[in-house]
Amino acid sequence: MSGKILEISNLDVHFTTPDCDVHAVKDLHLEVREAECLGVVGESGSGKSQAFLAAIGLLSGNGRASGSVKYRGQEILGQSQRALNRFRGSKITMIFQDPLTSLTPHMTIGAQLVETLCVHLRLPRDEAAKRALEVLELVRIPEGRRRMSQFPHELSGGMRQRVMIAMGVVCGPDLLIADEPTTALDVTVQAEILEIMRDLKDELKTSIVLVSHDMGVIAGMADRVAVMRGGEIVETGPVDEIYYAPKHGYTRMLLEAVPRLDLGDQSAQSKVKELPPDAQPILKVDDLRVHFPVAEGWRTKDLRAVDGVSFYLREGEALGIVGESGCGKSSLARALLKLLPKTDGAVLWLGRDLGRLDGEELRKLRRDFQIVFQDPLASLDPRMTVGESIAEPLRSLKPHLSREEIRRCVRDMMDQVGLEPAWINRYPHEFSGGQNQRVGVARAMIVEPKLVICDEAVSALDASIQRQMVDLIRELQSEFDMSLIFISHDLSVVRQIAHRVMVLYLGRIVELADRDVIYGDPRHPYTKALLSAVPIPDPKLERAKKRVRLTGELPSPLDSRAPLVFLKSKAIDDPEAVQYRPKLIEVAPGHLVAEHDAVT
Amino acid sequence: MTVTDIGSDSAALMIRAQDVQGRSLWVDAWQRLLKNRAAVVSMIVLGTIAVLAILAPWLSQYSYDFQDYAVTSCAPNWWNEPGICNAGGTHWFGTDSLGRDLFVRVLFGARVSLAVGLVATLVSLMIGVLYGATAGYLGGRVDGVMMRLVDVLYSLPFIFFVIILMVVFHRNFYLLFVAIGAVEWLTMARIVRGQTLSIKQKEFIEAARAAGVGSLGIIRRHVIPNVLGPVIVYVTLTIPAVILAESFLSFLGLGIADPLTSWGVLIADGTAQMENCPWLLIFPCAFMTATLFCFNFIGDGLRDALDPKDR
Amino acid sequence: MVSYALRRVLGAAPTLLIIITLAFFMMRLAPGGPFDSQRHLPAEIERNVAAAYNLDKPIYEQYAIYLDRLMHGDLGPSYKSKDFTVGQLIAEGLPVSAKLGLAAIAIALLLGIALGVTAALHQNMAADHGIMSVAMFGITIPNFVTAPLLTLLFGVYGLKLFGTDVSLPVAGWNGGQLRNMILPVMVLALPQIAIIARLVRGSMVEVLHSNYVRTARAKGLSSYRIVTRHALRAALLPLVSYLGPAIAQLATGSLIVEQIFQLPGIGRYFVLAALNRDYTLVLGVVIFYAAFIIFLNLLADILYAVLDPRVSYRT
Repeated sequence: MSGKILEISNLDVHFTTPDCDVHAVKDLHLEVREAECLGVVGESGSGKSQAFLAAIGLLSGNGRASGSVKYRGQEILGQSQRALNRFRGSKITMIFQDPLTSLTPHMTIGAQLVETLCVHLRLPRDEAAKRALEVLELVRIPEGRRRMSQFPHELSGGMRQRVMIAMGVVCGPDLLIADEPTTALDVTVQAEILEIMRDLKDELKTSIVLVSHDMGVIAGMADRVAVMRGGEIVETGPVDEIYYAPKHGYTRMLLEAVPRLDLGDQSAQSKVKELPPDAQPILKVDDLRVHFPVAEGWRTKDLRAVDGVSFYLREGEALGIVGESGCGKSSLARALLKLLPKTDGAVLWLGRDLGRLDGEELRKLRRDFQIVFQDPLASLDPRMTVGESIAEPLRSLKPHLSREEIRRCVRDMMDQVGLEPAWINRYPHEFSGGQNQRVGVARAMIVEPKLVICDEAVSALDASIQRQMVDLIRELQSEFDMSLIFISHDLSVVRQIAHRVMVLYLGRIVELADRDVIYGDPRHPYTKALLSAVPIPDPKLERAKKRVRLTGELPSPLDSRAPLVFLKSKAIDDPEAVQYRPKLIEVAPGHLVAEHDAVT
Repeated sequence: MTVTDIGSDSAALMIRAQDVQGRSLWVDAWQRLLKNRAAVVSMIVLGTIAVLAILAPWLSQYSYDFQDYAVTSCAPNWWNEPGICNAGGTHWFGTDSLGRDLFVRVLFGARVSLAVGLVATLVSLMIGVLYGATAGYLGGRVDGVMMRLVDVLYSLPFIFFVIILMVVFHRNFYLLFVAIGAVEWLTMARIVRGQTLSIKQKEFIEAARAAGVGSLGIIRRHVIPNVLGPVIVYVTLTIPAVILAESFLSFLGLGIADPLTSWGVLIADGTAQMENCPWLLIFPCAFMTATLFCFNFIGDGLRDALDPKDR
Repeated sequence: MVSYALRRVLGAAPTLLIIITLAFFMMRLAPGGPFDSQRHLPAEIERNVAAAYNLDKPIYEQYAIYLDRLMHGDLGPSYKSKDFTVGQLIAEGLPVSAKLGLAAIAIALLLGIALGVTAALHQNMAADHGIMSVAMFGITIPNFVTAPLLTLLFGVYGLKLFGTDVSLPVAGWNGGQLRNMILPVMVLALPQIAIIARLVRGSMVEVLHSNYVRTARAKGLSSYRIVTRHALRAALLPLVSYLGPAIAQLATGSLIVEQIFQLPGIGRYFVLAALNRDYTLVLGVVIFYAAFIIFLNLLADILYAVLDPRVSYRT
């Protein structure tokens, strides 16, 4: 823990955009020591990535950096590309957020790995290939030889990120800079990648800079932590100090904002309102299926996005739906609202089958259920003022209202979701993400619906804003006394808001129970794996945590054996065969678990 | 989940609180366009040419088909070179082989060229928008078949078909508009279709459906305003292409017939006599290329203004 | 891969048939017969001539006969040049047009790619602005303007370089001598150079801003290696799809060029045929070009699939 590998001082980064000059990094001082992992944490726009891109000369064309960056005492900022390339890629390497777009699409994995070795270590081709194969093994990529001849698009997201890491360590670097390496990945995959990085650090004695917005990810990895905001470092220190005794108010705020899976109701305000015992079901879903035809060769196959889901929702209840990408949670939401056609099954709203309604009846019924989308900017028409967007449901669903009444309603609603009513004529591009999501919430709530579906409504937001939005949604829910379906990939957020939680896997329910039961006593191996994969922003807990692993890759949803991943004993070994369907078993009152093999 | 950079709240807070009137994307684009010097100059030049073309009959004492055999193929009145006959009078651009005033003929050529440009572009706009919007909105198999057809037609030397049309129907002036328009609609259809398709998949369309807005309302309130931008850009780029196509046909002798004229005809005449009477080539060429440049600059400027990616 | 190519070929056949049909009936719809311009012939002779050209049969039968002959590579006789078949006329013009076209496209690709890449690498710098301004000229100024202007410059006034006269012949083929080809090829290639340069610059700029080029830079590769191994291939993909339209444009351009420089190519035959209403020749040339371009598009599609491993061979 003595020598300094990287020393950044007085670093400033500016970007010139057509509209203005952005000062992204301000007078930054930071050092990375031998064999340590430095965590750099901050919200979007904090300049955390740009600082390190600038340090190794990777700023985009409109960026300028000034100050000093020293690698082992040698100045590297402002050096020519040729001079930088003597150690960039071999001694200092960097991996990025999105592994699909970060790999050259038309080169094989092998070619991209071997290239680095040939360029930096001047190894002959066959020797480089041998070394590459070893590194693939190091990052736990099975069947390395076959993978070498594959193209990036043929691998899964987790595999691609492993390839990126392999490329990062293949020359034996001093320093690996990982820029949000797991942000684009599912939690279970994220846990694996983090484990690989931890082992690499121990085995290779490489220093790591881990840049992330996720306090949980940093907690398990870092030795020291730097907290950034608005281009500046607000606090630096050993990881335990930062987490257990934060000095700066911003650090404390960040830590408080992060939802914690290990603590259910951590504060009084995050308690969900109790349901009255006689609450009646208002929504019943019976064996709902949504299939998409997918062309495969000359034939088309059905992709079962939602594959027989049944549940009910009571008045005033909040149901959390949790699952990883591709589990069908968004398709389910859209099918419930009839934004997507269902293939089979029934959706009963207050006893009426939505499938039997004609267009006009359905349109009128839309007053009762509304939706809030994931991407706040994409879900607002860029050519409409936010006022018009919020008013849209009113205009089409309550046509008897006068222009003045509509305007008053919109202003009231804006006030209620924490937007200045004077901004009614503003456009979405003039707002931040959090503000736009408030507009989205206002639009959903303005017709006072009985059910609101939030489809990953807070996932694209920074932790602090996420927290505000969750509070807002919960407040409005109890105020308007409506039911809520809250869809998220993030188990800790769902814990803050839901009465019951449903876990989806490949379009099927694997477990459904009351919140405290799911988090306290999960039964299905998938639920267990999911829960244990969530990083907890507590360094000691995170380091000591035992993880339940899933074996193998996520199967293709087109494979008929896919629903039997956890019930292999009943699977027929033929991707085309008609397979046994796992049943949901009620292990305790209200606690449903899909059939699965005993975990050995 | 990808964390998208959605900007910080502080950026929005910096906008003064009393400033309640928002800037729409149109206003933004217009201001960006006004900052583009090439586009602004082009608009002025183009406007001047258009006004001259409209006022052509009153700008000169000669009419476009008046033949003065005393001054055939004579140089402009300011062109003092021994051995070359001088047209004198107010023949600012000289005269052609039939003694007609070139200045008036160039402006009458502008009338034809600009008219063809506008009308044929309108034709292509109508076909293209209808076809593209239908394909994009219906989607699926219909879209596949419709766009496959466009792909096929796209790569053909379509001007050949216009030539066939002109051969078959005896150089009909009005048919010329339609024929060129019918050729130029392909790109328009592609653009409109692509835009419609991408807008249809946007979440704000789903949001509108969830808000109970009907199909017609969605098309009117959401799809059309968002498709408009690229269409405007493409229209400005289609006009010069059409002018070019007409001149091309006229140059080959398949376009407009004497004594009416267009820039293509004038350039063809000029080419035939360029060794002795270079002015017959230079003036029509200058007007035509200036016009084409203007449209292209305005089109490029509009594209940058409407889609500000820092390129 | 093979089945993908096969399906593409099968898809092209009906396209060609549609074009042949369209062109055939459009020609037959034309008012008046092929011999209108000639003086009136006795009715009997007219009947004989009509029978010789199968004009006495119902139109669908004429169509069937035409198709049948086409299958055997026979485009029929020319209406106007009595002693020649359409096939012979095309065969005569083809070497001239092909030589010009190939030379032009080769030059356009070479220069266009080089200029486009250079501009992209110097994005928003002087070199970029310079190249793009010149490209704007190339795109805007039509070839029937450049052709006479270049002729005026190099041919009529001549150019004296180092005291030697380097003026070029302004017209004629002269057995395809290099001197005679320079001006026509220049005129044909100029707009294509400009279009290709713009196209390549656009896609190259996009690729250079992509994440995987950033990765390549982070790997410490030299600029040369990044451009040649990581960026160029993806940046040239749009160019592959442009190849079909490019050939179509060259064909169109050759109408003008062959006219102005009085070259005996297919384009010149086509214009003459159109002006003389030689329907069979016009029809033959259009079908010939269409087949050629469809073939090239096919080639481009397959090339695209080879170059981009992500293209699924399903569609």
